[in-house]
Amino acid sequence: MSEPPPMKVLVYRHAAVTRITHWINVVALTLLLMSGLQIFNAHPALYWGQTSTFAEPWVSMTAVEKGGDMIGVTQIGSLRIETTGLLGYSGKPGMREPRGFPAWATAPGYRSLADGRHWHFFFAWLFVLNGLVYLSANILNGHILRDLLPTRDQLAPRQLWREVTDHARLRFAKGEEARGYNALQKLSYGGIVLIVLPLMVLTGLTMSPAVDAGQPWLPAVFGGRQSARTIHFLCAGLIVAFVLVHLAMVLLSGVWNNLRSMITGRYAIEVEGGVR
Amino acid sequence: MSAADTRRGWLKGAAAAAAGLWLTGCNKVNDNPRVQAALQSAEGLTRRAHRLLISRKALAQEFTEADIARDFRANGSISPSDDAYRALLETGFKDYRLVVDGLVDKPLSLTLAEVRALTSRTQITRHDCVEGWSSIGKWKGARLGPLLDLAGLKDTARYIVFHCADSLEMTLDGSGQYYESIDLIDAYHPQTILAYEMNGKVLPVAHGAPLRLRVERQLGYKHAKYVMRIEAVSDFAQIGRGKGGYWEDRGYEWYAGI
Repeated sequence: MSEPPPMKVLVYRHAAVTRITHWINVVALTLLLMSGLQIFNAHPALYWGQTSTFAEPWVSMTAVEKGGDMIGVTQIGSLRIETTGLLGYSGKPGMREPRGFPAWATAPGYRSLADGRHWHFFFAWLFVLNGLVYLSANILNGHILRDLLPTRDQLAPRQLWREVTDHARLRFAKGEEARGYNALQKLSYGGIVLIVLPLMVLTGLTMSPAVDAGQPWLPAVFGGRQSARTIHFLCAGLIVAFVLVHLAMVLLSGVWNNLRSMITGRYAIEVEGGVR
Repeated sequence: MSAADTRRGWLKGAAAAAAGLWLTGCNKVNDNPRVQAALQSAEGLTRRAHRLLISRKALAQEFTEADIARDFRANGSISPSDDAYRALLETGFKDYRLVVDGLVDKPLSLTLAEVRALTSRTQITRHDCVEGWSSIGKWKGARLGPLLDLAGLKDTARYIVFHCADSLEMTLDGSGQYYESIDLIDAYHPQTILAYEMNGKVLPVAHGAPLRLRVERQLGYKHAKYVMRIEAVSDFAQIGRGKGGYWEDRGYEWYAGI
């Protein structure tokens, strides 16, 4: 007797609270990033410690003159890269201006620290409230413990290596395996949701002089306000990197199936022999 | 021109047009007054949350002499060109008078020597600019709370306004004159002082000589420099453009605790 052909079944993958908070997060994080870059542009340099060592930032984006022309220079540690048009000096030809990140990446597009702050703090509130809803609901319903924390088996080096090579070959889980998250998914989703995003909130709060007066342990934990600002910036970079990989994976592993699962909750998996 | 070049040109044009639309679209949304009102509702939420969750008496962290920055940045006005200020500066602030008036029982007019004789406080604190940088400095000055008690605030007083000697923007109607305002919680906070010394020396012009407000739990622009007059008011709608400060009139938050 030949084996029955694989059959597609829809499994209920994402609870409504996850789907709604996911899409609110898409909007909030996009605007937080763009307004954050606007705020960064007011002083496009980063430092470690409590104070700014103006003469030696560890990262800076500046416009400098070179042979009669202005160029954008990005400096990271002792590395200096020419980044004209993107970082340090950008804009339409003939209308270029000194600015950290270019207009298309900031909210609003023109330079306005005041407006950038309005956008940032509005969406910071939305992001925090949305995150609290997500966390409390998914801790209560067991989703985080059950689905986001890797099992001991999944963390075995051999298993992890197999997943890395599978991902590199774009071989995605099928059948029963696709019902849950694999270790790489758990580590990246869990790492972002439980570590990076909370770090973002805490380092953001540490930049507030009023919060620091009330909670002096915050600047102490992060090694000072300027360190907190640096960590805030680095975590933003991690989130951007996560989103890029996440979007690539969504596209490569079945864009419609993934989109449907984050809209209706239903995710299609192929089950051998139609076992349900 | 080859077909490929034409195509490339067309693609470049389309990309530029899309970028243009994106920017204009974003900026249009930003400029919409209703969007602005919605966005600015977050400021009230932040202020209320801070007042609720942070003790009114909580002190800003204080540092040691070793932490004092050698490159404390001065920005905003760093050398006011206003005639009245230049005249005071040339005579070493001999004729300077700090005026305390508005909703007070006993208006005051104090010489610098009299201000220096008031209850003082010395503190080494971190100055956080709205732009994102920080510098640590040591400040000595007259505590604002006892000074206000000397003048006797009336019950209707809710805010303290600081009128400054510097015009950060030259305007015909005088709306470029720097000013700031704080509420009574911050006015009576123990670290709120009118500094006349910085890092153990007479306060330099770049940092607001002869008197500069220190309101340590808020951002730099609240720390008004070149303070000439302190006015107790019930609201600040009639002052400047009505938002409570020079930068507030230009879109920045009145509550600058973040």
